[in-house]
Amino acid sequence: MSARDDILGAIRAGLGRAALTGDAGDELAARVAAHRRNLIPARAAALDAPRRVDLFVQMAEAVQTTVARVSSNQDVPGEVARYLAAENLPAEVKMAPDPSLDALPWAERPLLNIKRGKAEPGDVASLTPCLAAVAETGTLMLISGEATPTTLNFLPDTHIVVLRAGQVVASYEDGWDLLRQRPGEGPQALPRTVNFITGPSRTGDIEQKIELGAHGPRRLHVILIDDATQG
Amino acid sequence: MDPTSRAFIENAHAGLANPVLRRALGIAGTGFPARRAEAIARLPEFEALRDEGKAIKDHTIAHLDFYLELYEKNVAAAGGTVHWARDAAEARAAVLEICRSVGAKIVTKGKSMVAEEIALNEHLEANGITPVETDLGEYIIQLRHEPPSHIIAPAIHLMKEQVTETFRASHTELDPARSITEAPQLCAEARAMLRPQFLAADVGITGANFLIAETGSSIIVTNEGNGDLTQTLPKVHIVVASLEKIVPTLEDAATLLRLLARSATGQEFSSYTTMSTGPRRPGDLDGPEQYHVVLVDNGRSAMIGGEFQEMLRCLRCAACLNHCPVYTAVGGHAYGWVYPGPMGAVLTPALIGIAEAGHLPNASTFCGRCESVCPVRIPLPKMMRHWRERQFSQRQVAPAYRIGLTYWAWVAQHPALYHALVEIKARLLGWLGGGRGRFRALPLAGGWTQFRDMPAPEGRSFHALWAERQRAKR
Repeated sequence: MSARDDILGAIRAGLGRAALTGDAGDELAARVAAHRRNLIPARAAALDAPRRVDLFVQMAEAVQTTVARVSSNQDVPGEVARYLAAENLPAEVKMAPDPSLDALPWAERPLLNIKRGKAEPGDVASLTPCLAAVAETGTLMLISGEATPTTLNFLPDTHIVVLRAGQVVASYEDGWDLLRQRPGEGPQALPRTVNFITGPSRTGDIEQKIELGAHGPRRLHVILIDDATQG
Repeated sequence: MDPTSRAFIENAHAGLANPVLRRALGIAGTGFPARRAEAIARLPEFEALRDEGKAIKDHTIAHLDFYLELYEKNVAAAGGTVHWARDAAEARAAVLEICRSVGAKIVTKGKSMVAEEIALNEHLEANGITPVETDLGEYIIQLRHEPPSHIIAPAIHLMKEQVTETFRASHTELDPARSITEAPQLCAEARAMLRPQFLAADVGITGANFLIAETGSSIIVTNEGNGDLTQTLPKVHIVVASLEKIVPTLEDAATLLRLLARSATGQEFSSYTTMSTGPRRPGDLDGPEQYHVVLVDNGRSAMIGGEFQEMLRCLRCAACLNHCPVYTAVGGHAYGWVYPGPMGAVLTPALIGIAEAGHLPNASTFCGRCESVCPVRIPLPKMMRHWRERQFSQRQVAPAYRIGLTYWAWVAQHPALYHALVEIKARLLGWLGGGRGRFRALPLAGGWTQFRDMPAPEGRSFHALWAERQRAKR
């Protein structure tokens, strides 16, 4: 017998039954297909959109994410330049090759050196979009893809994320729904990786004292575009 | 790793006599519970979430065969491969075969207790492959050739002075005059030493906190980002996970994730919760080209249908360790294998046998804190009692203890005799100890009085006083 058959056989012996067939199997398949939500804390779910965005900012800042609120796309390049300068970082950034970022008015900041692509070992700062942000815990939700390589989220010391207020959702479950709305069927339609990011990298492994920048970014900066009124 | 659980009593004595461990556990034993309590106070729904978490895991275990098959099908649909392993040897062999198939020389690893359980590092080393632990705590203990002493904070038994010594002894290529006395310097040095390893690794191995049947995904939860670099940079990602990590849907995982970080570190959410589904997609600029899951049984399936089935709900949050008066006194190494504390006292005998791990379910005061903080309400004290009953019925306890218990059980089943004997004992001890009010030593209780005095009874048993009071009321 194969290991697989042995293990499944041992499980069924313990449960005192044979493999599920017919209605019993259909019922479980229906449970998965329905993927019903369990209890979702009221903390974020009960809020209207503007308050949800405020909660996201509050929760994110509580875990050392910094947030700069700007009023439109026009302000993003300036905020990137300002942030890098304020942190004494060189005016260069590795940007996700994503159309939404390409569309920003970079030409207005000619001194900002923008490179596109995945992260390389020497890259100091990265700039990425995100799929959503979860207000409940101040969590960013990023996905891998042709335009959004995962290495940008982890290799550079500084990670800057562009977020629109309209992307702020209440719960992780809202985030799963966004994934399911993507085109395609089945697991292959999912991105290879979904990263829920809540603050910069940290460790408490030495005497339980929190140190930032263990292996991933030391700084996580969110540029939040307050576009809710623009629809 | 080879267990030393038989030597628990000696190990525990060594732990109690270790001043570094005393200081380190002092920090852990107060910090973790305080942060957990704060996090839970901020979430009014926490108790209801615990009920749901328990129900999700119970449902999954009751249909584990179905969800495992669905999971396997979906891993394959996403382009990954599941390797089933009955035991540690099969699991090690599966990992080695994958590593060899790509000619791997360096393997980076995220923290995985199952990898510890199957002694993966030793096996890779013996076969010419260098495993590099990348979690800071795991990295420190790998350099020290020590096992982890805690399931989420593996180097919790050390203070920064030991880390400094370890780095000085291991990183001999660095300037010996450098200053690495403080935690930020130590973290920076580990980061700098490990970065080239991340980039050089041929294979990245992680554990999994959850496996999602619905999507064939694995989820890891970390704070450092080491797990993400481990699974993103090399051309092969291997997930080593035990089969009870399965949950049906993403929604079910979300509920359990709300419980996990709060119970473990008192965080609202860990820095990185990462879901991986298969290898890189066409057009992706990074990510592994191969995605493998080594699904490890190693004793779990035998727990189903028995009195330890509920242990399979465990999320490995370590709340029971952090709140345990025994764990926080003797430390994790005393338990002699991978899983310490209350969860280890139940799980270890199930995985390596009660003959080997018999001391562990006895290393408990039955204060019940472990069960009261368990996010999925595992009745740990009850299951420790099951192990004790098994030891007793299998004659695995010392003869004197066994005879004493048999005698006591008989007396306890005869209330009139029991009350009479207790009354005599209380009066006798009350009379003997009356002057000082306490005993420095007592026959048959040398272990108890070695480190403290035994208070002397005041002369009457509780039962006698109670009966008297009831009579007076009438």
